[in-house]
Parts: sequence; C-alpha cells; structure tokens
Amino acid sequence: MKPEERSAAPPLVQSAVAFRAILGKDLRAELRTLQSLPAMALFAVTTFVIFRFGLDRTQLSGSLAAGVLWATLLFAAILGINRLFVAEREEGGFDAIRLAPIDRSALFAAKATALVVYLVAVELVVVPVFALFFLDSGAALPPLALVLLLADLGLAATGTLISSMAVNSRARDLLAPLVLLPLVVPLSIAATGALEPLLAVGGPGYHRFGSWLAVLGLYDLIFLLVGYATFDFLLED
Amino acid sequence: MNTAIELRGLCRDYGERPALAGVDLSLGRGESLLVVGPNGAGKTTLLRILATLLRPSAGEVRVFGAALPGEAWKVRGRIGLLGHEPLLYRDLSGRENLRFHARLHGLRGDGAEARIAELLAAVDMERRADDRVAELSAGMRQRLAVCRCVLHEPELLLLDEPDSNLDAEGRALARELVGPAEGRTRVVVTHDPERLLSEADEVLRLSTGGSAEPSEAASR
Repeated sequence: MKPEERSAAPPLVQSAVAFRAILGKDLRAELRTLQSLPAMALFAVTTFVIFRFGLDRTQLSGSLAAGVLWATLLFAAILGINRLFVAEREEGGFDAIRLAPIDRSALFAAKATALVVYLVAVELVVVPVFALFFLDSGAALPPLALVLLLADLGLAATGTLISSMAVNSRARDLLAPLVLLPLVVPLSIAATGALEPLLAVGGPGYHRFGSWLAVLGLYDLIFLLVGYATFDFLLED
Repeated sequence: MNTAIELRGLCRDYGERPALAGVDLSLGRGESLLVVGPNGAGKTTLLRILATLLRPSAGEVRVFGAALPGEAWKVRGRIGLLGHEPLLYRDLSGRENLRFHARLHGLRGDGAEARIAELLAAVDMERRADDRVAELSAGMRQRLAVCRCVLHEPELLLLDEPDSNLDAEGRALARELVGPAEGRTRVVVTHDPERLLSEADEVLRLSTGGSAEPSEAASR
C-alpha cells in the first residue's frame, strides 16, 4: 500500500479509529479470557452473602442499603481496575500505542469506556442479586441504574488514571486501591447520597436526588477532563 | 534534507548510571547503521530514544529533521521498531494483532487486509495466523513481530537483534522484509556484527557506560 492510499483522516477521526481499535481489542480479549468480569461478579455476590449473614438481616433500606451496595461495587471495581493495563504493560501494548501516530488520549478514552462496560455488565448481574437478598421490591431499580451509570463514569475516569500510573509499579495491586480510594471519597458520598432515598423504606423517594446527581455529573466531568489533559504525560518514560 | 538521523552529544542516564554518554552520529537516508557493543553498552536505550519511546537526558536528537522528543509526533508512524518484545497481545491471534496495529497506523479496509495477507505469506505464517499468539513458538512470534514492524511501510527501521529466535528459513524470510532496500534507513543492533557487517554503511561501537567511538564507514 502506498502512503497516499493510507487513511488521510483528520486527527479527530483518526483518534476515533484508534479509540475503536483499542476498545475492540480489550473487549475481545476479555470475552476470550474472562480474566476480570467473573472475578468482579463473584466477589460482589460473595460480599452480599457475607453481609446478609454478617448483619443477620433479610431487609436493608436507606443509608445502610446504599452503603452496602456502593461499597461492594467499589471494591469489585478495584479488581478490574488493577488489571486494566496489565496487557499493555506485560505484552508491550504501551510501546505499540506510543509508536503509532495517534492522540494518546484515545487510549484513556478506550480504557475508561472498557471499564464502564465491565462495571455495567457486573451490575446487570449483581444488582438483581442485591435486590433479591435485601429489597422488598424492584421499584428502585430504574432510577438506581441512572445513579450507578453516573458513578461508573467517575469511577472509570479515576480508575483509568490511577491504574495507568500504578501498573508500572511492582506493588500495583496495593498502590491502585491506596491511591484510588481517597480520590473516590467525593464520588462515594454523592453515590450513596443519591442511592439512600431510592432505597428508603416504603419505596423510592427523591429527596435531594437531583442535587446528588449534579454532584456525580460534576465529579465525572472533572476527572474526565483531568484524564484527557494529563494522560499523555503519564505515558512518557 | 538527506539526513535521516542526527545525534549531537546524546546522553541518557538511569539515575546515577549513564547508559549513553555523548553519542554523535549522522546517518543519511537509505543508509544502514550497525550498532555493536557489549551488554549494558546502551544499544537498546539508543534504539528506544530513536523510536521516541525514551527521552534523552541531554544532547540533540533529530530524526528526519524532527527534534526529539518535542517533535516526536512528526515522525511517529514513519518508524518501525523490532525490539526484544514482539509487541503482540498473547490473547489475540496473529491476524487480529496485525489488524489492530494496522488501524493504529491508519490502514483500513481491503487495503489493510491485503497488506496483512501479503506479509503473513512473506513469513510463511498463513496457516497459523488465526492461532492465539500465546500458542505460538518464540520463532513464530518473531515472524509476526517482523510483520508488525513493517506493516505500515516505515521509512526508518529500528531492529534490535532482528534474528532472535528465528531459524535459518525464518532469517531468510525476515531479511526480505527488513533487510537493506532502496529508500529504507536501518539501525540494526546486534551481537553478531560479522554476519551483518556486509549490509552496513556505518558502524557505531558503544562500550560499557555508553561512550561511543566515532562512527566509521563499514568496509563492505
């Protein structure tokens, strides 16, 4: 192929092509090996079982229900975050991507999107299990999905940033959660604040629901922008 | 401009330890440079700096006129690197890996598929192209790595022990793709200079600690 036959797409389109290539590669590899998703789902379900017997409760509501659900999902997410860049580190993906004439923020966008896909897939399995174990009805599930989606975006943006830094450390399994957890405290406050009225006794309520959604949206925006602005520098030697 | 690579006082340190200490070099377009030296002399470090993967600690580096690392974006995509690692994902097949790299370099559609098929045939890997890389031998991975390196028809090839893990047939096939050719600038790192000396226009000898003797014209 002659150079003039190559894609002459402008940079933005080229980034979109790179984004799709990296995301497709990650999802294909995960579907083939199932290295992250089953572990995340199994961890979450097991944790719900422990809470059920540890608390000796068959019903949870309000802040306790919100805390149990969010803490479980957060720690399950860390399993996926720890593995997010392992193939890039161990199989030379970082070098291959840095050699390509692409905007490296495509890697950040693709990895964050892959993490959102993982989190949503896990939640599709484990949130119904949570409802089965601890809730009266499934009435809270539709608005709960919106809260979790916004929380997933923020968690994916922060997790992708931290994972890309921690993967170069030999202690990456320790480093990622140690750095990540303080950073997601605001996200956790907003997520549990939005979940609490939804999981209240007697069915979902919406007291200050909009405010907490706005906080979640703001957190997502800030960390997506921080990731976009800094990721190129994080990939330097 | 006919200069492909220009180095002036190139230094690279890892903490207190110098890997390259003041390397000067000028290599014309279409020429081949052989880099030789003992383990730890900084050969791979030099290649990674030229590939825009590593920043120099001091000195001036120009590749096709672009000053690195600041103007690295100008030359990415014009460089093919064949290093110690094949840069292939173990859980994807060889063909899937090549498609991935093709897309990163802006090759798409039927043209990209034809190029991939052509390269797989050139290294005799068509039959195993759809097997996962994890299931392939080291020699087969190296053949795929050669395909990956030249997939986007780079103007500058950076080859670190390109014959690693290859049998005699593999070496001959790989040579067709990464050997000397018109318009192809090559930097080849090797521990076996005698065999490759006949292909080189210049030789750069590095010694432990990264100091370099002035590059010399190879006597073919």
